[in-house]
Amino acid sequence: MSLLSVAGLSAFYGASQALFDVTLSVNEGQVVALLGRNGMGKTSTIKTICRMLPVAGGTVEFAGQDLTRLPPHQAAQLGLGLVPEGRRCFANLTVWENLVAAARPGHWDFDRVTGLFPQLAPRRDQRAVSLSGGEQQMLAIGRALMTNPKLLILDEATEGLAPLIRQEIWDAIARLKTETGMAILLVDKSLKELRQVADSAVILQRGATVWQGVMDDLTPDMTDRYIGV
Amino acid sequence: MTRETVVNAALTLGLLIVPMWALMADEPFIITLATRVAILALAGVGLNIALGLGGLVSLGHAAFFGLGGYAMGILASHAQSYTPLITWPVGIEGTTSMPLIWLVAVLAAGLGALVIGALSLRTSGVYFIMITLAFGQMLYYFAISWPAYGGEDGLSIYLRNGFPGLNTLVPIQFLALCYGLLAIALILSARLAASPFGLALNAARQSAARVQAVGLSPYRLRLVAFVISGMITGLAGALFADLNRFVSPTMFSWQTSGEIMVFVILGGVGRLFGPVAGAAVFIILEHVLGGISDYWHIYLGALLLLIVLFARGGLIGLLAGKAAHHG
Repeated sequence: MSLLSVAGLSAFYGASQALFDVTLSVNEGQVVALLGRNGMGKTSTIKTICRMLPVAGGTVEFAGQDLTRLPPHQAAQLGLGLVPEGRRCFANLTVWENLVAAARPGHWDFDRVTGLFPQLAPRRDQRAVSLSGGEQQMLAIGRALMTNPKLLILDEATEGLAPLIRQEIWDAIARLKTETGMAILLVDKSLKELRQVADSAVILQRGATVWQGVMDDLTPDMTDRYIGV
Repeated sequence: MTRETVVNAALTLGLLIVPMWALMADEPFIITLATRVAILALAGVGLNIALGLGGLVSLGHAAFFGLGGYAMGILASHAQSYTPLITWPVGIEGTTSMPLIWLVAVLAAGLGALVIGALSLRTSGVYFIMITLAFGQMLYYFAISWPAYGGEDGLSIYLRNGFPGLNTLVPIQFLALCYGLLAIALILSARLAASPFGLALNAARQSAARVQAVGLSPYRLRLVAFVISGMITGLAGALFADLNRFVSPTMFSWQTSGEIMVFVILGGVGRLFGPVAGAAVFIILEHVLGGISDYWHIYLGALLLLIVLFARGGLIGLLAGKAAHHG
C-alpha cells in the first residue's frame, strides 16, 4: 500500500522553477532511493513534500491525506520525519534536550535512539554544537525518530562524514529497515551502499522523474547517464 | 554545583538578609525597597520567559503590568466605595481579597496577552517590537481617557488589600507574600525552561523551520509562552499597585515596558535570576544615585551600555561566567 504518493509535482524558488514533473511513491516498509546529479531537484522534492516549499502543481498524498495545503508542522505531525541536509541540530541544546524537544509518544524513546546510536549515550548532557559531525548526524536522525514517523526522510545523511562513521549510519539505516520495517526515502550519492538497503529508486533529471523502478533494474548505463557514477 | 547556582543562592541569601536586618534595625523603608525589588523582579521573570526563552523582544509588557494593576485598582475601589462593579446581567461586587484580585489580574493579563500575542506573533523582528509597543501605548491612552477610574490622575486605594491570616499593612508580611510569589514564579520559570515545551520554545528561537520539521508550531509555542509571560507580569502589576495603593496610566507606558526590559538585560537575558539581579541593581541605583542627582538615569544608561557591550550574559553572566545553558 502506498504511504507517500507524489504525482506531477512542480515547485518554484521565487520566479525560478525547480521542479517540473516529479512522480514517486513509497510503500509501507519500503526503502526508496531518490537519485540524480547535483541540482536536479532532490532536496527541492523533499522540501516540497515536507511543505517547506510551496506546491505549485501536482499532488502529494501521505497516509491517505492531501499534504498540499497543510503547514509544515501539520505535515510532520502526520508522520513525516525529516533529517535535513547539513544535519542542523539545535546547537545550544544538549543531546537529551534535542531529542526530548521533538518527542512524540510511540515506539521511539531516548533509550531506543541510544540503542541505535550508542555513541550518543555518553554525550547525553553535551551540547549539540560540541559534537562531531558524525554524532550530530546521528542526533539529527535520532531527533527525527523521536517524532515516531511513519516515513523517515534522509537528505544526504552521510555527506561529509568519515568512512567509518558513514558505515555506522548505513548500518543504522539497515537496522531500521530490518528491525522496525520503517518506510524510508533516501537521498544519497553512495550507490554501492544504497543498493544494499534500498528496494527501489527514483531518478530525477532537471526537476522531473525520468526513471522509477526496483533497485536491481538500475543498469550501469543508467547510473552513468543520470547519476554520473 | 555550577557557579550560576552559587550566584543565585547568594542573591537569594541577600534578598533574605537585607529585610531581616531592616526589620531588626527598624528600617521599614528598606523593607519597602526590597518589596519593590521582588515585585519588579517578578515582572522581569515574566518578560524573561518571552524574551529569554522565546526570543520575543516585547516592548509592550507594560500592557500586562497595567492590566494587573488596573484589575486590582478597579476591584478594590468598588469594594471600598461599596458600589457594584456591574449590575447587569449579574451583579458583581468589588473585592479587597488579594487572592481573588491576583486571580482576576492574572486572567485579565493572560487574556490581553492572548489577543496581543495572537496578532503580534504573526510578525517578527522590528515589526513585532513595534506592534507590542503600539498595543501598550493603546492601553496607555485608553487609561488616560477613562474618567471612571481616574483618567490621567490615576486611582488611589485607601487601604492595602487583605490576605487571609496576614496583616498586609505590616511591611514585612507584605514582603513575605511578594517573596513567596516571586519564588513560585522562579520555580515555574525554571521548570518551564527544562520542560519539553521550554526546550521546543528554545529550539524555535534558534530555527523556526527546524521546529516545524519535527511537527511543532513555532507560532503556538510562542503564543503560549507570551501568555504565560503576560500572566506573571500581570500579577506583578497587581502587587505593584497594592504596594503603592495607587494605579495610574503610567503603568501602561512604554517607559515601564523599557524598565522591565532593562531589569532583564541588566541581570542577564535567559538567566533564571537575571531579572532579580537586574531589579535589585535598578532599585539600589535609584535609591543611592537618586539621592545624589535627579539625573541618575544617566548612570543607569552608562551601566546598561557597559553590560550590553562587555557582558552579554548580564550581571549574572559576569559573575557566573559565560556558560548560559540556553543562552
